[in-house]
Amino acid sequence: MIERLGLLIPASSESGDLGAVLSLLAAPLVMGVLASLWRPQHSWPVALLSLLPIATLALLAHQVLAADGQAWLIELGALTLHWRANGLTLLLLLLTQVVSLASAAYAPAYLRTEIGSHGGQVWLWPLQGLLLSSLSLIWLAGDLLSLYVGLELMGLAAVGLMLLPGRVDALAAGMRYLLLALVGSLAFLLGVSLLLGAWARLDLAGLAQVAEPGIVLWVSVALLSAGLLLKAAAFPLHAWLAPVHGSAWTPVSALHAALVVKGSFFIALQLWLVLVPDAQVAAWLVGAMGGTAVVWGGLLAWRSAKLKEVVAWSTVSQIGYLLLGFSLLIGTSPSVTAVAWEATWLQLAAHSLAKAGMFLATGNLIFSTGESHVKGLAGASRRMPLSLLSFGIAAISLIGLPPSAGFTAKWLLLHASLEAGYWLWMVALALGTLLSGAYIFRVFRYSFVEDAEPLDYRRVPWSMELFALLLALSSLLLGLVAEWPLSLLRPAGGGP
Amino acid sequence: MSQAWLPLVTLATSLLVVPLIFALPERAWGARTVLNLGAALLKVLLVALMVWGLYQGESFHFSFTVVQGVTFLLQVDALGLMFAGLSSLLWLATTVYAIGYLEDSPNRKRFFGFFSLCVASTVGIALAGNLFTFLLFYELLTLSTYPLVVHRGHTKALDAGTTYLRYTLTGGLMLLLGVVALHVMVGDVTFGEREMLADLGPDAHGLLTVLFLILLVGLGVKAALVPLHGWLPRAMVAPAPVSALLHAVAVVKAGAFGIVRLVYDVYGISLTYELGLLTLLAVIATITILYGSIRALAQQELKPRLAYSTISQVSYIVLGISLFGPFGTVAGLVHLMHQGLMKVTLFYCAGNYAEELGIHRIDELNGAGRRMPLTSIAFTVGALGMIGLPPVAGFISKWYLGMGAVQANMPWVIAVLVVSSLLNAAYFLPILYRLWFRPGPAHGVGEWPDERRLGRFETSGWLLWPAVATAVFSVMVGLLAGVPFSPLDLATFVTAEEYLP
Repeated sequence: MIERLGLLIPASSESGDLGAVLSLLAAPLVMGVLASLWRPQHSWPVALLSLLPIATLALLAHQVLAADGQAWLIELGALTLHWRANGLTLLLLLLTQVVSLASAAYAPAYLRTEIGSHGGQVWLWPLQGLLLSSLSLIWLAGDLLSLYVGLELMGLAAVGLMLLPGRVDALAAGMRYLLLALVGSLAFLLGVSLLLGAWARLDLAGLAQVAEPGIVLWVSVALLSAGLLLKAAAFPLHAWLAPVHGSAWTPVSALHAALVVKGSFFIALQLWLVLVPDAQVAAWLVGAMGGTAVVWGGLLAWRSAKLKEVVAWSTVSQIGYLLLGFSLLIGTSPSVTAVAWEATWLQLAAHSLAKAGMFLATGNLIFSTGESHVKGLAGASRRMPLSLLSFGIAAISLIGLPPSAGFTAKWLLLHASLEAGYWLWMVALALGTLLSGAYIFRVFRYSFVEDAEPLDYRRVPWSMELFALLLALSSLLLGLVAEWPLSLLRPAGGGP
Repeated sequence: MSQAWLPLVTLATSLLVVPLIFALPERAWGARTVLNLGAALLKVLLVALMVWGLYQGESFHFSFTVVQGVTFLLQVDALGLMFAGLSSLLWLATTVYAIGYLEDSPNRKRFFGFFSLCVASTVGIALAGNLFTFLLFYELLTLSTYPLVVHRGHTKALDAGTTYLRYTLTGGLMLLLGVVALHVMVGDVTFGEREMLADLGPDAHGLLTVLFLILLVGLGVKAALVPLHGWLPRAMVAPAPVSALLHAVAVVKAGAFGIVRLVYDVYGISLTYELGLLTLLAVIATITILYGSIRALAQQELKPRLAYSTISQVSYIVLGISLFGPFGTVAGLVHLMHQGLMKVTLFYCAGNYAEELGIHRIDELNGAGRRMPLTSIAFTVGALGMIGLPPVAGFISKWYLGMGAVQANMPWVIAVLVVSSLLNAAYFLPILYRLWFRPGPAHGVGEWPDERRLGRFETSGWLLWPAVATAVFSVMVGLLAGVPFSPLDLATFVTAEEYLP
């Protein structure tokens, strides 16, 4: 598995190669700072300027794909940082860029119309830039030090973004999130120091060779995973998620649910594959947690009274699908791993796009109707607002109905579970589908009510409608063209 | 010679109409009408082109890889074309009907958008070349019909919608599980490559039987096989054109078509026979036919009676394919078309009575034949066809079913046919008697519940002509059954492919 992660790629000696990577990491940060100085009033300059980091990504992709993966060694005094990029890294970077572009382009109109002048909106831009840079670092990092730095920066940026509304409930939720993030980081740091003490190195490829099964390894992996899964809102460490989303700004919620939780998940999965590639029983337990999360998150989303809570709980349920990946990737036969590998990353991408689209659409629905409760949507479909359509398209992917990316990912997950003989997972997937159908169509049921009192509609700015729709559509269409991104995963990993 | 564009364009005619309709404003009645009718006409033309091409021996393929080992495949074969032809023809008629029916009602944009999506899904189901593609459009159909079922937006409609989703989403899930399992066993299951499963050998028979049952449950929900039929009578709250479409082509027929595909193109008739599953199908079909007819007899309202009659009639298709032998196959396939034509006529007429005279209950129909002669003649044609009287299409179906029963050496099926025909007569003839022979408001006895004068003729032309046209078609396909390109001819074509090596 470790070669699929691209950790075995030999580092190139030329230092000139670093240009593309460094500019990729720095661009969002610089742009964020600039945007806070000249605050954008429209979405087109944001969208236009966001093409810059995408251009640097294209440059990097050009280099990486030509060489079938690339790795860098960065000497900082006594420390050596290991960075690498392969097809998977590129895909994750692209996903990050696309989601942040949509969320950033959504923001100007949102700030202007919904937030007004109050709240700390100056800080939105640099914090978003920091978040984007730290996430990119996480995808690129091949050693525990870089990962730790990326994780910390990402966590701090996320907490900062959560606190922006400045209201009491946002402060309370944000502080609770900060506390949890700190506990998570502490656990992670402890795990890292145990590893460092035992084997005196931090690069993942090296650790994979020298780390020997034993109590030290087990304790450190347990600590690392506990910290990361807490941050990823994995069941049963998920309780903080819904309140946080309830009070955060819409574009922030979208970024958080789509990317931040995925960052922690990615590190956790990577560490398991590197450090304990044969821990079948433990991985099965994580899978069981995932299965429970699918059902539990679905149930709570079904019972939620508020729109944003429905969407937030559905994240818990969808993260469960990702956790199933642990059990399907660790200690299973090569043919199962091949399918599960693609299933996991496709599910990750599908959920990111769909969930970001859904959060933006939900923000629009709340904006236009002034109602934050599901019941408040009664009769909303009479006006056939575009946001409801975007919500529906994103929902198709979350339920996993064709032709969405969610469906294709679920197909692959079912395939892998069946081939591995994990019948329970099939039950969890089936229940998850039915439950997500239930909580989504509960929203739609209200929207189709005809004899409701007419709602007082506010017109949603077109840029807010557009970017919600684009994200939702991309999650829908990705299902049919999944072969293209998934083919990037194959050659870079070096054989099946 | 292989042409990729034709099936793709056929699918696109209704798929691309969807965003256009959503983009048009609600009040753009004229533009929407032109768009709807233009696309419907174009599709009839394209399907006709494909039928022509198929008889010329051309093949049409369009495929691309979705993920490794899974392809999206559109493929034209005679069976799929039958269904595509039916859906494109009835779409045209129903579009005309729906334009008239929904005049001045709210949410027309939403209605026609999802209506087009629904038809796009049926065409996709018809042209799907493998199980994956079939599943894709099968689920899309569920999604696109939900807004149509709840269109009225009152509590009863919303509850019906919820029931509908409970049944169909669960059914879709079963189908997904079954399809994935088959996929794990043999890879992409392309229709027409029947040796795939047969080659697995006797060891796999137990597993194959289980999978067949899982798939059958998934398809049986939409085909309204007893005991999975619960959603259908409740979905009657939808507007009449939706009911017509649901019963004649879209949902119910998609389920039946899926079962046909499952037996002939996935398992193959010989393997299904070997596994003993044909007998099971025959038993389920018999139960459904009799149960549906008996329940229909008990209904006092027109649309629910038609709904239960659908449950019973669609199972003739399943009964036909469960009879091992060419005649049974012909009967099942030809009924796929015939039932669609006749049932759609009946629903149009029921809608006309409701719109023009406000009639919902059967005992309000007294003397309606005098007030609305053309509608009533169309209704009579449909009803007599359902009973199986010559020369209407239904006779052909029942004739071949009987011959199939003899050929398959299952004489008890003939008894079932006789009983069912008697039951059909028992619930249709009283309606006809009331229409034509009982004095009613038209003779000065009592009053219509809610009379509106909608048009120059007995009702609005938009409502009348589709009903008349489909009634004429129902008689024509019966009379001209022996002519090339008739449903019977197509069905024979398909059957020849199936039984000849």
